[in-house]
Amino acid sequence: MNMHVPRIHTAGEKALIAAIEAARATLPGNGDVMQRRDEAAGLLRAAGLPSRKVEAWHYTDLRNLLRGIPVGAGAGAGAGASEALIDGALMLRAGDDGVGRLDDVADMPEGVAVASMASAFASGAAAPLLAVASDHDAVGMVSAAMASTGFEVLVAAGAQVARPIQLDFAASAALHAVNRINIGAGAKAMLIERAHGGGMSSLVTWLSVADGADVTFVLLQDAADDALHFGRLVIEIGAQAKVLLLAVNSGGGLVRREIDVAVNGEHSDFKLRGMNLLSGRRHVDVTMVVRHRVEHTTSTELLRNVVTGEGRGVFQGQIRVAAEAQKTDARMACNTLLLSDEGEFLAKPELEIFADDVACGHGATVAEINRDHLFYLMARGVPEAEAKALLVRAFVSELLDDLEDEALHDALNDVLSSWLATH
Amino acid sequence: MLEIRNLHARIAEDGTEIIRGLDLHVKPGEVAAIMGPNGSGKSTLSYIIAGRDDYEVTEGDILWNGESILEMDVAERAASGIFLAFQYPMEIPGVATMEFLKVSMNAQRKARGLDPMKTPDFIRVVKENAAKLNISMDMLKRPLNVGFSGGEKKRAEILQMQLLQPLMAVMDETDSGLDIDALKVVADGVNALRGPDRAFLVITHYQRLLDYIVPDTVHVLYKGRIIHSGTRELALHLEENGYADIIAKAA
Repeated sequence: MNMHVPRIHTAGEKALIAAIEAARATLPGNGDVMQRRDEAAGLLRAAGLPSRKVEAWHYTDLRNLLRGIPVGAGAGAGAGASEALIDGALMLRAGDDGVGRLDDVADMPEGVAVASMASAFASGAAAPLLAVASDHDAVGMVSAAMASTGFEVLVAAGAQVARPIQLDFAASAALHAVNRINIGAGAKAMLIERAHGGGMSSLVTWLSVADGADVTFVLLQDAADDALHFGRLVIEIGAQAKVLLLAVNSGGGLVRREIDVAVNGEHSDFKLRGMNLLSGRRHVDVTMVVRHRVEHTTSTELLRNVVTGEGRGVFQGQIRVAAEAQKTDARMACNTLLLSDEGEFLAKPELEIFADDVACGHGATVAEINRDHLFYLMARGVPEAEAKALLVRAFVSELLDDLEDEALHDALNDVLSSWLATH
Repeated sequence: MLEIRNLHARIAEDGTEIIRGLDLHVKPGEVAAIMGPNGSGKSTLSYIIAGRDDYEVTEGDILWNGESILEMDVAERAASGIFLAFQYPMEIPGVATMEFLKVSMNAQRKARGLDPMKTPDFIRVVKENAAKLNISMDMLKRPLNVGFSGGEKKRAEILQMQLLQPLMAVMDETDSGLDIDALKVVADGVNALRGPDRAFLVITHYQRLLDYIVPDTVHVLYKGRIIHSGTRELALHLEENGYADIIAKAA
């Protein structure tokens, strides 16, 4: 594609470009930051949104799927309660007004420092976070062009932070945030990033995990049924570090979540546990790449998807093993339970291996509710809807059952329960 | 109590007729045995009574306390007091046995207008009944039937029956795959539930089970019809002589 050829924009592209132009005057940033924004907007104008012809967007034809920008409840309307996923979590809240609110700053856990992104926009330090990878990087373009809030979180080396830290993004019409999170060597922490509310939102987070650190990161997206959401999480993992990422999508209208993991240090371990609950007419795309770059690293990626109504899910999972990354052990599985004839889930697992002494595997399955199981439960008097809910929970539970943190297990179980109760 | 009238039923998927004009009447308190050679429709009959939608009733009716159950779904039939003890109980990974027992008991209580059981009461009643069947609490901590031996599965079925207290239990070849000790435990469980208000339909291939669960009536099912009915002596006769002479007589 030649991005300099002028092309006719779709209605969705026009609406997105108009939203960017309307927002520009109010966006924070020094010259560097504003230059990044203008470059991103210029790229979007020239290249447009990616269509199915771009391989990375093959199952999410953004150019044709995006018909307009959802207005949500309207700016300033508020997006409803932002409750802590886990009781007692330190809450960092951001809404549409671009102001990052830091609760309990006086009561910060030891070894934790947080700041609003405002000063980094003003100084230009945020400019590198507004990166656009290519002319089809729609997530990068939207974020760079409009990000106006976010947080910086630093966890000091060796800090053992028992209190979960929740970065909470409640959109009422438009909310675009970038975050930078650095976890020091040997530190232990749990972070939760929640995107909810309506309208359009984007959330790009850069997470750096230093040697020997142990991080649990929860990505929860439970936005309104017509919400448009772009997400990206970029993780760099040091030696002997452990990262457990729980990626949950239980809402949204049109959602693209990108996860880019670089396993940079030896003897480190990355785990992804993904739960996608797709109902109504939502389209949720999880696109992940894990880059094993050094020897002796492990990763497992396990996704459990439940599709009902006209829900549509996509998982593109790529494991790349560099030539130097001998003894890599990487396993990926994507399992889907289809509850309706109209729903679908498209899985594209890929292995790209340049090393010769590795153990890598992937599998994808799609199944319906087991009719024998359903009959058995109903033959004991359990009504059909309740029996199906039991079986859906059984299907998803394997993801949650090996979570060591009981509060986290219960919180995610509650997310599942409330979805089951309403779908 | 249960009255099956001129029942005709076929496999929904391919239309194969399995039940071809079956009549059967089971009274309260009665233990009725259904015997028959392989392929006569014994298991199909149990599934049709339970309401499995793989089968279509094309003619006739099943009356339960005078009312047709054909329009009721599987769960409604169960809640109305019909229990099917499976020949091959399902293993359901991810569903905890105790949770399943509680959900099913409370679903039936709800259908009958009763409040859900309180957890301590529930645990007590499960423990009491499980002990009688040599079912350990460790077994009940596992996912439903997962990793249970054949005998353990059958005992778990009897435990469910004892907890749900049905008005009628359809036992589908409960003896298959059981050694003699397990058979006795299962039979004791069934016998403990016998009473003037509760009926049993015991489907079996072998007479042996009927030494332990002594029936009031015995019916021979062949090619989808009851071709002969009698008392317990009929089962002993079949054990010695096989089905050939009765089939020949009926033809």
